[in-house]
Amino acid sequence: MDLYAEEIISHYEHPHNKGKMDNASISLHRDNPTCGDEMTIYLNVDKDGKVSDVKFEGSGCAISMASASMMTDFVKGKSLGEVESMGVKELVELIGIDPGPARLKCATLSLRAIKEATFIYEHKPMDSSTKSL
Amino acid sequence: MMQMAHEDIDVERIRRDFPILGTTMNGKPLIYLDSAATSQKPIQVIDAISNYYKEYNANIHRGIYQISERATSEYIESKEKLARFINAREMAEIVYTRNATESINVVALTWGNENVKKGDHILISDMEHHSNIVPWMLLAERKGATLDYIKLDGAKAELDVQNLGEQMAKKPKIVAVTQASNVLGTINDVKTVTKMAHEVGAKVLVDGAQSAPHMKVDVRDIDCDFFVLSGHKMLGPTGIGALYGKREILEATEPLLSGGDMIRSVHHHEHTWNDLPWKFEAGTSDIAGGIGLSAAIDYLNGVGMEKVRSHEKKLVRYVIERLSQVKGVQIFGLGQDGIDKRCGVVAFKLENIHPHDVAQIFDSEGIAIRAGHHCAMPLVTETLGEGALSRLSFYIYNTESEVDAAIAAIETVRRTFKV
Repeated sequence: MDLYAEEIISHYEHPHNKGKMDNASISLHRDNPTCGDEMTIYLNVDKDGKVSDVKFEGSGCAISMASASMMTDFVKGKSLGEVESMGVKELVELIGIDPGPARLKCATLSLRAIKEATFIYEHKPMDSSTKSL
Repeated sequence: MMQMAHEDIDVERIRRDFPILGTTMNGKPLIYLDSAATSQKPIQVIDAISNYYKEYNANIHRGIYQISERATSEYIESKEKLARFINAREMAEIVYTRNATESINVVALTWGNENVKKGDHILISDMEHHSNIVPWMLLAERKGATLDYIKLDGAKAELDVQNLGEQMAKKPKIVAVTQASNVLGTINDVKTVTKMAHEVGAKVLVDGAQSAPHMKVDVRDIDCDFFVLSGHKMLGPTGIGALYGKREILEATEPLLSGGDMIRSVHHHEHTWNDLPWKFEAGTSDIAGGIGLSAAIDYLNGVGMEKVRSHEKKLVRYVIERLSQVKGVQIFGLGQDGIDKRCGVVAFKLENIHPHDVAQIFDSEGIAIRAGHHCAMPLVTETLGEGALSRLSFYIYNTESEVDAAIAAIETVRRTFKV
């Protein structure tokens, strides 16, 4: 299995949606202290409860950064409910590689931050699938 | 050349003793460059443990039957060997623990609790592993003491001599310092640190987790009060480590754990402690671990610690020479002129590629290396200012051709990330 598939390297080198967002509906910082990956997610939510824009800032390994690039592309235009229903299975399908147990936390960092941000935005308690990411 | 051949160790012969070195990882022959995390085990150690369970498994110190007597004598023999290995005065000064971390915790929770008071200073260094930081941090919090760090020099490779003097002037109660850094590879002059500490009335704990497996250690020459090590980093099994303490200090210190084996007599409302070192070993010990460690010490003595050290120096000289020719590589710690003060640990950074990505690509080439903060976050993230580092670490079974394979893997990383 090649973790460093062309698409991963490409997203890592030229990340989509990278940068700061002023006037975000919500922003949230999350990290993986054991490996040093860290990321801030910015979400804009429109009046229909859809993610109208999303950006991320941060640094880390290729898996975490490429995954954030693809994940931010994916959630754009999705409803908060759709974002909240995403799990590891959807993430693996999206990024096209199986990160394996050692790198799972790298791959899921952006998903975790985005999902947590939506729950916080809606003042809802986090579900167990989000907590376990 | 004849002289060289005599000094060199027979690596190919040694490698045949390590079954794991004949295996593959991701379809490639395993190249193990993570011995600072844990060493591989020779068949002699594996057999010693297995033979104990197969032939004379029994509890120690009490059975009036042959296999218990044999287990007892093998276990005691292992402590006697370890005492000789680090040149302790006697076996009574060798307490078995789970590992170096537990040994440090025992000192902090016994001697530390009894002797460190509010307002006291505890001195450690800026190149400690978490195991030699957190127990002291907690002790300082419990007692209202201050935890101080000996700073590194400008090159961020060695302890700063001037700062060392300044910290000692605060008259710490205890100084806990590593003999060899698991990140920088620096070998500290713990004998001088001990002398300075004793002059201000401090006790000294030396963390030997990275030194005892790789060089001749002489606790009496260092004159430290405590010395700790982990068996699993020196060819032994996991689950066994040791605390050396000077007899008079161990005698004056109350044990941490209590129960069976550590008492001489128990009455309904009183007790008397057992002799050293048993006073500090409550309950049934890791008998198999002690026996495995014994075989590991035999193995290291068979190779000779001077030869272990010279082999690792040769590898480190070679890896630094090769690594420094790779574009975009930054090596941490002392350079070629500091090889005499460097153990078999080389941490590096490649461009801005995250070390986990480096280690992952090494893994796909069958090469095991460590990437991260190496359980030394104050050093790596604060002093060096890095999120994480990649680390190669060596032992008696590593070869120059394995270094070549590591350099080739770095080239693969460069190609993958197009740098």
